[in-house]
Amino acid sequence: MPETLAGTGVLIRLGLRRDRWLLPLWIVGFALIAYSTALAGTELYPDVASRVEAATALNATASMVALFGRIYDPTSIGALSLIKYTAFMTAILAVLMVILAIRHTRSDEESGRLELLGGGRLGRDAPLASALTISLGANVVLGLLSAAALAAGGLPAAGSLAFGLGWAATGMAFSAVAGLAAQLTASARAATGLSIGVIAVTYALRAVGDLAEPGPSVLSWLSPIGWNQQIRAFAGDRWWVLVLPVSLCLVLVPAAFALRARRDLGAGLRAERPGPAVGSLSGVWDLAVRLQYRVLLAWAVAFLVFGVVIGSLVSNVAELLSSPNAQDLIRMLGGRQALTDAFLAAEISIMGLLAAAYGVSSAGHLRSEEAAGHTEALLGTATTRIRWASSHFAFALAGVALLLLLAGVSIGVGAAVGVNDAALVGSSTVAAVAQIPAAWVVTSAVLAVFGWAPRLAGAVWGLLLVFVALGEFGVLWNAPDWVMDLSPFRHSPMLPVGSGSVPELAGLTVAAAVLAVLGYAGWRRRDLAA
Amino acid sequence: MRSVVEMTGVVKRFGAVTALDGLDFEVAAGEVHGFLGPNGSGKSTTLRLLLGLLRSDAGSIRVLGLDPWRDVASLHRRLAYVPGDVALWPNLTGGEVIELLGRLQGGQDRARRDRLLELFELDPTKKARTYSKGNRQKVALVAALATDAELFLLDEPTSGLDPLMEDAFRGCVRELRAQGRTVVLSSHILSEAEALSDRVSIIRSGRVVETGPLEQLRHLTRTSVTADVAAVPPGLDLLPGVHDVVITNHRVNAQVDPAGLTLLMQALTTAGLKSLTSHPPTLEDLFLRHYGEIPAGVPAAAVGSSPGRATGPAPGGRRAGDA
Repeated sequence: MPETLAGTGVLIRLGLRRDRWLLPLWIVGFALIAYSTALAGTELYPDVASRVEAATALNATASMVALFGRIYDPTSIGALSLIKYTAFMTAILAVLMVILAIRHTRSDEESGRLELLGGGRLGRDAPLASALTISLGANVVLGLLSAAALAAGGLPAAGSLAFGLGWAATGMAFSAVAGLAAQLTASARAATGLSIGVIAVTYALRAVGDLAEPGPSVLSWLSPIGWNQQIRAFAGDRWWVLVLPVSLCLVLVPAAFALRARRDLGAGLRAERPGPAVGSLSGVWDLAVRLQYRVLLAWAVAFLVFGVVIGSLVSNVAELLSSPNAQDLIRMLGGRQALTDAFLAAEISIMGLLAAAYGVSSAGHLRSEEAAGHTEALLGTATTRIRWASSHFAFALAGVALLLLLAGVSIGVGAAVGVNDAALVGSSTVAAVAQIPAAWVVTSAVLAVFGWAPRLAGAVWGLLLVFVALGEFGVLWNAPDWVMDLSPFRHSPMLPVGSGSVPELAGLTVAAAVLAVLGYAGWRRRDLAA
Repeated sequence: MRSVVEMTGVVKRFGAVTALDGLDFEVAAGEVHGFLGPNGSGKSTTLRLLLGLLRSDAGSIRVLGLDPWRDVASLHRRLAYVPGDVALWPNLTGGEVIELLGRLQGGQDRARRDRLLELFELDPTKKARTYSKGNRQKVALVAALATDAELFLLDEPTSGLDPLMEDAFRGCVRELRAQGRTVVLSSHILSEAEALSDRVSIIRSGRVVETGPLEQLRHLTRTSVTADVAAVPPGLDLLPGVHDVVITNHRVNAQVDPAGLTLLMQALTTAGLKSLTSHPPTLEDLFLRHYGEIPAGVPAAAVGSSPGRATGPAPGGRRAGDA
C-alpha cells in the first residue's frame, strides 16, 4: 500500500462505527420501499390491460414525464411500479450519498478532526480513500439488497438486478461527485451545496430531455440520473448503460485524488482572501442573514428556474393527452381548463414540499450553530435566547414564504406565456402562497424539537420524508385516515382546483404557531447542549 | 466587601453525572479571583451557570445581584465572557466577529479595541477558518476586553497563547483590576492564577475545597528546599515544621512550613552548606495536596526517612514515601 494511503483501514472502521445507525437505516429503508412498491404494484395492476392503460396515461402526461421519466415497456409491471424510483428516489439516494461522502471528508477536515488523526500514521489520501470506500460499498450493498427486495416482492429477477445495480452505480457516481467537490471548496456546507447543485442540474437535464418526442433526447444522456432511467430495468434491461456511471466514477475518483495532492489540509483550491477588519454585523439578525443568505439565494434561483420550466409545460398537457382514455379523463375532470388547473395544483404542492425542505434545512441552523459552540459566545453577551433563536427561525419562515411566492409567480408566468392566459399568474401565485402554512408547520417542528430534544433536531428530516411518503403512497399503502391527516400537506388546499379554504389555512398557521411557542418554551428552560 | 458572585449549595447534574455537588463560590467586587481545578472538575460548568447557559438543579446563584437564569439580558450587559472553547464562524473575519460580539454586548470602546488588536498582534482581516487556536482565543479576548463590563468571566483565557501574549494578557487583567473591575479567571495553569489572583478558589469534583487570599492559602503549603551539604546532620525530620525529608547521599530534600525555615537553615548552615535551591510554595503544591495522593496532615516523621538512607528519587520520593 502506498504511503499516502496508510491508515485507510483504520479510518474505514472509524467511519463505519460513526455511521453504525445511519447507514443500515438508509440501506434497509431503500430496500423496504422497493419491496413494498413491488408488492403494491402487482396488486394494483393485476393484468396487462390495466398496466398498458396506466403506462400510456403516464407517458402522455408531460408533468409526469418531466418529474419521473417515461415507461419504456407499457406491459411491464416492474417499469410501471417503479416509475417514481428511477429518477426521483435516485436523486434522493444521490443526496444521501453526497451527505455521507462530505461527512467523512470535508466536514472532518473543517472541524479539525482530521488534523488530530493526521498526526498519527495516516497518509494524505487515507481520508478520501476511506470515505469513498464506505460510500461505494454502501451503494453496492444498497443496490444488491434492493434488487433482492424487488425480486422478493414478485418482480422478475433480471429486471430487479438491473434496477438495483442502477441505484448502486448512480449512487456511486454521486459519491464520486461529492468526493471531488470536497476537494474544491474549503467548507463542508459549500461542498454539499455544490454537489446537490450538480444533482439538481442533472435532474433538470433529464426532465427536459425526457420530454422530447419521440424519446429521450441527448440531454437525458448527459445526466447520470438520465442514465439510470435508460438502463430501462424491467423494460429491456440494457446492462451496457451501467458502464456510463461506472466510467464516470473512474474519471472523478482519480481527479479527486489528484486535486487532494495539490492542496493543503484544510484549504480549498483557492486561497482565503482577507476580509473586512471591522464588521458591519450589528446583531444576531444580521448574523443569521449573513450565514444563510447564500443558500437561500441558490434555492431562490432554483425555484425560479424550476417554476418557469414546469409552468411552461402546461401548454403541452392537453395536447399530449390524445389517447381516447385520456380524453375521457379530461372530460371527466371538466375540460381543458380543469386539466391545466389540476396540473398546476400538483406542481405547486410539490413546490410546497420542497419549500418545507428548505425550512427544515434553514431552521436547522439553530442546532448546528449550538452544536458548533457559536451560540455560547453569543448568549454570553446581552443577547437573549429568544432573540437568538428567533433570528434563524424567522429567517427560515421568511425564506419558505419567499420561495413559495417565487414558485407561484414563476410557474404562473411560465404557464401564462405557454397558453396565453395572464390570469394564471394570479391563480398560481395564490395557490403557492396557500402552501406556506403547511411548510411553516414543518419548519416550526424543527424549533419544537430543538427546544426539547436538541440532539434529535435532524429527525425532522425523517418526519418530512414520512409526510412526503404519506402523500405519495398513503393511498397505495391503505394508510388509515388519521395517519394521513398527520401530514400538514394533506390540509393544504390544492389550489387552483378547489376553492380557497380559509379555516384550514388558519388551522395550519395556528399549528405552526403552537409548535413555535412550544419550541421557545423548551429552549428557554433547557441547558445549552454541546 | 460587596459580593459580585454568590453561589450557595449549587448542584448541577447531567443525567446520572453530578457535575457540581453543593458548590459554594463567592467573588468579591474589584478582585481578581482565580478559579482553579483540574480538567473535568466543574470549572466551565460553574461559569456557564453564572451566565445562565445552564440551569442549576439546586442551590442559589446571584451574579451582580441578579439571577443569571432569569435576568439574562440585563445581567449580560454588565459582564463579558470568554468561553473555554472559542468557536468562531469559519467564513467571518476576526474583525467582524469582534464587532458583532461587541455590539451584542452593548458597545465596545473602539480605541481600546484597536489598542488590544495591536497588543495581541491579531490581524482582524483574516477569516476565522484560517486562525490558529491562539488567534481564535485572541479574537474572543479582544471582544471581551474591549467592552465596558463590570465583571469578566474568563474560562481558561490563555489557552493557546504564547508566553509573550500571556504577558500581554496579564497586563490587561492588571489594568482591569486597577479600574476596579472584577475578574473571574478559571485556569489549570497555576502560574497564571498565581501571578494575577487576589484570591483563589480551588474546585475538585464539583465542590470548592479551598478558598481565600493566596497568602492565606500558602500556609497550607510549604517551601521546597534542596540542599547539598558536607555532612547530613541527624534529626532533620524531627525539627518542627520540617516535613518529607528525603536524603540522598549528601543531598537533602525537604518541605518546610514558614515557621520551620529558620531552624532548618540553621541546621543546614552548620552542616556545611554547599548549594541551596528553594522555591516558594506554588499552587502546584496546593493542587498536589488536593488532587495528589497525599492525605493532608500526615506528619513527615511518619515517612521514616533518616540520615544516610536513600528513599527514591527526589520529587517522587515525597509522594512515594507518604503512600
